[in-house]
Amino acid sequence: MDLILLAIGCIFVNNILLAQFLGNCPFLGTSNKMETAVGMSMAVVFVLVMAGVISWMVDHYLLKTLDIEYLRTVSFILVIASLVQFVEMFLKKSIPALYAGLGIFLPLITTNCAVMGVCLINIKEEYTFVQVLVSSFSYAVGFGLALIIFAGLRERINIARVPKPLQDTSIGLITAGILSLSFFAFKGMV
Amino acid sequence: MAQSIAKEFTKGLWTEIAPFRIVLGLCPILAVTKTVENGIGMGLATTFVLVFSNFFVSLFRNIIPAKVRIPCFIVIIATFVTIVELLMQAYTYPLFLKLGIFIPLIVVNCIVLGRAEAFASKNAPHLSIADGLGMGIGFTLSLAVLSAVREVLGTGAITFYETPIVLFGPAFEPFTFMVEAPGAFVCLGLLLCFMNLIPKK
Repeated sequence: MDLILLAIGCIFVNNILLAQFLGNCPFLGTSNKMETAVGMSMAVVFVLVMAGVISWMVDHYLLKTLDIEYLRTVSFILVIASLVQFVEMFLKKSIPALYAGLGIFLPLITTNCAVMGVCLINIKEEYTFVQVLVSSFSYAVGFGLALIIFAGLRERINIARVPKPLQDTSIGLITAGILSLSFFAFKGMV
Repeated sequence: MAQSIAKEFTKGLWTEIAPFRIVLGLCPILAVTKTVENGIGMGLATTFVLVFSNFFVSLFRNIIPAKVRIPCFIVIIATFVTIVELLMQAYTYPLFLKLGIFIPLIVVNCIVLGRAEAFASKNAPHLSIADGLGMGIGFTLSLAVLSAVREVLGTGAITFYETPIVLFGPAFEPFTFMVEAPGAFVCLGLLLCFMNLIPKK
């Protein structure tokens, strides 16, 4: 029951994009087409779960036992960067179809602050292993959900007549604000 | 030479000011601009990281092999982020608590890696420092402007060191939407629109 609440909290209430402001660069960068948005969401779900679990293990078994927690930032970014590289190589060799789908989005994930952010939140909230698994997956689903909804809105905006100074990022941000307002309604749920 | 340093410095302040002219580093911009104090603190921390990472990337630019340059840059950046994190924990503890996970997240701020890749890895150290300093101060200015708009409209006052400077009379109803999450998006969107109205030169 607690885990379900945690999942709902991570997907809707504390939505990584719209309530915590993490991962906004790919949010605005890859949301112009539905296709790229879906690709990015899948790549994030894939990497975020792995990164969350591995970074938790690194923190728990390596940094804490050796008492070198000040190296957390450096070790987490290295874990994420090497994980992304590894996943890319693995997919290229064994599942070429998925690799072709995720393609260019995989390397972009290294600098996606949503991934690093969730890893840090997991540590800050002192989650257990199972909770880390659930929260990483739910945050990633929340990211995908917001990104896909937003891509749908943007496809509609692209065919609308927008005043010149408001075009592109500007109208994108205002739309994101309204979307964020609608996610605000979930606030009382958990 | 002095002229080229000045040129690299000033471009970060106006023609390429982040995030208004180049849309990078949105996450800290949206997340830490609830109060002016947080905004400026975050801006200065980023400036510190930018200047030093630019300098060291530029120093090592001929040694680092092209194939593994991104991981190398990230390690250099992460080192300075850790330094800033420890310094802030020691000297500005309340601010450190308020900024929370956004200090370690400077590592993945696209402006820092972007400057390392686009500028410092191709130019001499003194130009890279000028570039980093200009970009950092420009970023701090943007953070200050956005947070000032949000804080003034959202609370009707500006707070420094826990002493609020009240700007409006008692009849002012705080526009709380501005300090909440949706307000950040809308406010930045409108500011971008204003910047688009002003010509570049």
